[in-house]
Amino acid sequence: MAIDKVFPSFAAAVADIPDGAVMLIDGFGGAGGMPSYLITAMRDHGAKNLTVVSNSLGLPGFGTRSEAELVDTSILFANHQVKKAYASFPVPRSPNVVTPFIEALRRGEVVLEVVPQGTLVERVRAAGAGIGAFYTPTGVGTDVENGKEKKTINDKEYILEYAIKGDYALIRAHIADRLGNLVYRMTSRNMNPIWATAARVTIAEVDEIVEPGELDPETIVTPCVYVHRIVKRPNKTRGTEA
Amino acid sequence: MKARLDRETIAMRVAREFKDGDFVNLGIGIPTLASNYIPEGRTVIFHTENGALGFGPIAVEEKDQDIDLINAGGQFVTPLPGMSFFDSAISFAMIRGGHVDITVLGAMQVSEKGDLANWMFPERGIGNIGGAMDLAVGAKKVIVAMEHNDKNGKYKIAKRCTYPLTAKECVNLIVTDLAVMEVTPKGLLLKEIAPGWTPQEVQTCTEPRLILSPELKEIEL
Amino acid sequence: MAVNKVFPSFAAAVADIPDGATIMMDGFGGEGGMASHLILALRDHGAKNLTIIGNTVGTSGFGTKVGRDFVHPGILVKNGQVKKAIASFPVSRSPSNPTEFERAYIAREVELEMVPQGTLAERIRAGGAGIGGFFTPTGVGTVVEKGKEKRTIGGKEHILEIALFADYALIRACKADKLGNLAYRGTSRCFNAIMATAARITIAEVDEIVEPGELDPGKIITPAIYVKRIVQRPKEG
Repeated sequence: MAIDKVFPSFAAAVADIPDGAVMLIDGFGGAGGMPSYLITAMRDHGAKNLTVVSNSLGLPGFGTRSEAELVDTSILFANHQVKKAYASFPVPRSPNVVTPFIEALRRGEVVLEVVPQGTLVERVRAAGAGIGAFYTPTGVGTDVENGKEKKTINDKEYILEYAIKGDYALIRAHIADRLGNLVYRMTSRNMNPIWATAARVTIAEVDEIVEPGELDPETIVTPCVYVHRIVKRPNKTRGTEA
Repeated sequence: MKARLDRETIAMRVAREFKDGDFVNLGIGIPTLASNYIPEGRTVIFHTENGALGFGPIAVEEKDQDIDLINAGGQFVTPLPGMSFFDSAISFAMIRGGHVDITVLGAMQVSEKGDLANWMFPERGIGNIGGAMDLAVGAKKVIVAMEHNDKNGKYKIAKRCTYPLTAKECVNLIVTDLAVMEVTPKGLLLKEIAPGWTPQEVQTCTEPRLILSPELKEIEL
Repeated sequence: MAVNKVFPSFAAAVADIPDGATIMMDGFGGEGGMASHLILALRDHGAKNLTIIGNTVGTSGFGTKVGRDFVHPGILVKNGQVKKAIASFPVSRSPSNPTEFERAYIAREVELEMVPQGTLAERIRAGGAGIGGFFTPTGVGTVVEKGKEKRTIGGKEHILEIALFADYALIRACKADKLGNLAYRGTSRCFNAIMATAARITIAEVDEIVEPGELDPGKIITPAIYVKRIVQRPKEG
């Protein structure tokens, strides 16, 4: 039988996500790499006690032309669905802006682990690559090293960081073929291809779906082995969308 | 001497293990032949360590041979729609990270616990580990396809491996020219035997004690 | 001045490689990914006591058409330039067809550190990514674990492997722009794209050099930051 990973709706693609799932979400924080429709479907689906692994945890207006066009993980915090978050950039730059994440933190609903951005990416990559843990120089001599094992390798100090594996990854790509091969568009690639490798089930929200063979094999960034479900966004144009 | 199955038939039996949509990595030798016998109606996507997924059959004609499209055995393969390329770090991240459903490997020895030795004959003094250790550790299912005994008639299925190991307790299924055996916590379960052979005859060619499956049958293709 | 990393000759590109250098090379072992002209230039240059890091250390007839041969790291071994190899596939499959390296190894002229292929790729990647070492399950319970730290992570045994970083990487790509952005072709990407990240000086041998902007950004696999020198191969006759 021909492989076809296309799902008919965002709701159907997230329907089996259980309470307590570990979710890898969010390209970088901007609208371009954000799986906005999948996040909305997650909110409507309502699974609780989620762990969110993400670069940001909701940044109003970041990487968009207007606040209104960005749906991000904020709506999951506002809906009381998240109990734990790993992030490198959890709050807005301005202390005057209070996001739904900050409100959830203040309510005591959510526990936060701040991770340096490169370490966050590497920890998720490690999970996808079957690496249990690794030594990185990032964070040595800072609060990040607290409670972590240190080791000197070739005269340089490192700290030990462990892999983070997800149950589901919600990613955003530009074009998919029906097998699940993905290409991204410009800076909206960032964490998405890494997140795609490290979850039991990876769900991709894309602008366009094509037949196998229509994507140039040299440009495929996420090979289909990593992708389990694909859903097409209603608005196909990209880069020009209002 | 009774007839044993030929290499093509072993490969044909191995291919029956491939399910629709499986990602499969085939080692050199008998395993590679399995790509010719995908059961009808199933789509199997092949992975190769040197960085490709979803390629087609071996390129036989010289005009179809491209030095930039080879498998890990150095053979030329052909393009297929939906194929992709990636570097070796990503390729092995796929393997070690548990994304490859099945790997089929050749072996020098397999133990009753599923230990695998397939990279070095000690008398040569040197061998090639290549990608075998990563595949044995990382693939979700490890199938060994090989002759049941070596050229001198010695056991290849042994109580314990005497050659250097590729990985411990990694093999799930052994397909040979005499039998199909599953590695279970209790030992090797004999599930299928070659036409004309009795379980007792297969046992004499095998060092560890075989457990006879209640559903024991002739190898089906 | 505009950035231009193009060197006029293979000889000029390898001229400063000193004795004792650690050099990554060889793609995967086949003709397609092999920086043959750079390896030849290194042979003529003559630097000694080299440590070479590669998947193979030269295997004749691999990944090439019948009757064809190509230059591979075996010529450096034959020329007595290699002190040590770090490799996963150092010899031919058949003992009846020994490589230059196998002869030298049996004669105790060269040292060998044998590394599983995925661990080799990951050690090189780690070197390029500033990761000091990592815990992998590959090699547990085999000769590979000897002398290495072991620990159980998530109920699974792992061994500690240390990153590899080289003085030079000799890599093969399909196209470069003058800034040093590289695109590859098919399975010739393999080790080239990761070795490019893990050396002090990466030298790329390419089929074609184009102006910046002529490579589709979606096809650039090795961004220019990793590449120091580019040399164009002569056109195939």
